[in-house]
Amino acid sequence: MNSGYPRWAPYVLVAPFVLVFGVFMAYPMLYSAVMAMQQTYGPKASQFIFLDNFKNLASDPSFWTAVRNTFVFAAGSVLIQLPLSLGLAMLLNQPQVRGRMFFRLVFFSPALVGTVFIAMMFGLMFNKQGLVNFTLHGLFSSFDPEFPWLDQFVMGSLIIAALWQYIGFNMIYFLAALQNVSRDLSEAAMVDGAGPIARFRNVTIPAIRPVASFVVLLSLIGSFQLFELAWVLLNNSSGPNEQGLTVVMYLYQNGFISFDLGYASAIGWVLALMLMVFAIIQHKISTAGEN
Amino acid sequence: MPDVNKKFKPGSFALYAVLYTTLTFCALVTLVPFAYLACASLKPLDIFFDNLFLPSGDGLFGVGWDKLNFDHYVRLFAEEGFTRPILNSVFFASVTGVFATLFAATSGYALAKFRFKGRDSITNLVLAALVVPGALLLAPVYQLLYWFGLLDSYAGLIIPALAPAFGVYLFRQATINSVPNEMLESARIDGCGEIKIFFTFVLPLIRPMMGAFLLLTFLGCWNNFIGAQIVLQTPEKMPLAVAINQLKGVQGTDYGLIMAGTVVSILPVLGLFLLLQKEFLSGLTAGAVKG
Repeated sequence: MNSGYPRWAPYVLVAPFVLVFGVFMAYPMLYSAVMAMQQTYGPKASQFIFLDNFKNLASDPSFWTAVRNTFVFAAGSVLIQLPLSLGLAMLLNQPQVRGRMFFRLVFFSPALVGTVFIAMMFGLMFNKQGLVNFTLHGLFSSFDPEFPWLDQFVMGSLIIAALWQYIGFNMIYFLAALQNVSRDLSEAAMVDGAGPIARFRNVTIPAIRPVASFVVLLSLIGSFQLFELAWVLLNNSSGPNEQGLTVVMYLYQNGFISFDLGYASAIGWVLALMLMVFAIIQHKISTAGEN
Repeated sequence: MPDVNKKFKPGSFALYAVLYTTLTFCALVTLVPFAYLACASLKPLDIFFDNLFLPSGDGLFGVGWDKLNFDHYVRLFAEEGFTRPILNSVFFASVTGVFATLFAATSGYALAKFRFKGRDSITNLVLAALVVPGALLLAPVYQLLYWFGLLDSYAGLIIPALAPAFGVYLFRQATINSVPNEMLESARIDGCGEIKIFFTFVLPLIRPMMGAFLLLTFLGCWNNFIGAQIVLQTPEKMPLAVAINQLKGVQGTDYGLIMAGTVVSILPVLGLFLLLQKEFLSGLTAGAVKG
């Protein structure tokens, strides 16, 4: 630790951040607890209804639809996308691979495209006459050439679009983690006769565990906030029969279309509590591997 | 041939084949949607769905090159006035990027290298803020912006984005890892002022993180949809992500126009990324991987 600096120096350095953080992050967070106990009409009119918002949420079928859809999407993202990302990272991490930089660049590129723009692209891809139907019908002639993805397979379509968007992004993290896997340990295991599966379980998994659990958490936090992809892909709606309704979309609809900011805050708190549970579990898992 | 891997065995030819086939297949799946998008933006609407990628004809490779044109792009700028949303996005993303990066860097440096009252509570708050879902803050920040009279202004969009907790965390790590205490002390002994020390000694050492975080923030703002959708009301003020969504469904879906708009929206960020990819990708994983 340093010494010999004027006492004001650190305060000046943190002041801009602390000021904005206090006003637009810490205060709104506390205030949203107050808002969650209000019924409002826009920012101008509000009245206290205390825990009624939460009671209403508990018996609100649309909210439960949103929760269920969000869980489906999150499960799809974590269980399908992350293993594929890890697999891709392990392929790229093979010492023989040439052009690693090129592949890394290609796989990462969709992560740069904003979600709204991805929704635009996949709107056309999932069109009845679009690329997805054409390809699937070409491969399996029994596949319906005009399958209505965005009418009948909404959550699946969203999971596919998100898969394309984020597989390379998560791969970058796994690739960085795999560089930490000790090659000596891996080779020693090989000499001892450990097969690829045993080496994966006993050498690779422990080494990438902290990063992997971090990626799972990031992915869960991201998936639970799914909104734009669904909203834009479904033409600013929750889709037929609320098939594409998500928690944040329901928050948006209540807060900024029906203008009940109180109900929206209550939904926000339920979401925050769910994510907090995930964060605690992640912390437990990532520290359990230490020592 | 010096770089042939010593462990290369004859049997691993099959492994090579599988490895490269899989990687190439994945790279193609990643790139095809981009090609599909580019083709769609050049196809006239009357023959839009006749062919999947390019219209057939008697030109080179059996493609009707003469049927392609830039009409959608011309319409985009001449009729839809797409220049304005581009300028809006450039303004929003650069101003936010520069100030958010600067504030995060000074705070991260202060938290890493100074001992002062409140340091530990700020550090803990920053870590706690990482798990707060952005959606929870939508309603209370909207209410706050209403009180401040900042709704429908870029100030209302930019100022709340200037307290990036994630950035402070990244810069704190970067400073701990790459700024030696001795250097700061000798600069002070030489009578260097604190602000000058930050800009002339500390900044150059954390430059890779500055580049990565600047790009990350720029990208986040460029692709931001929900913030602008909620805070802004005047159509002329809308950034790209909202403007492109407004192109949808005026009279049916004009895919040509939308795809041209998407190309225009994602090309600048892809270009920027290609220029700065090395700094960006290493900065991205710096927060997750130790060492």
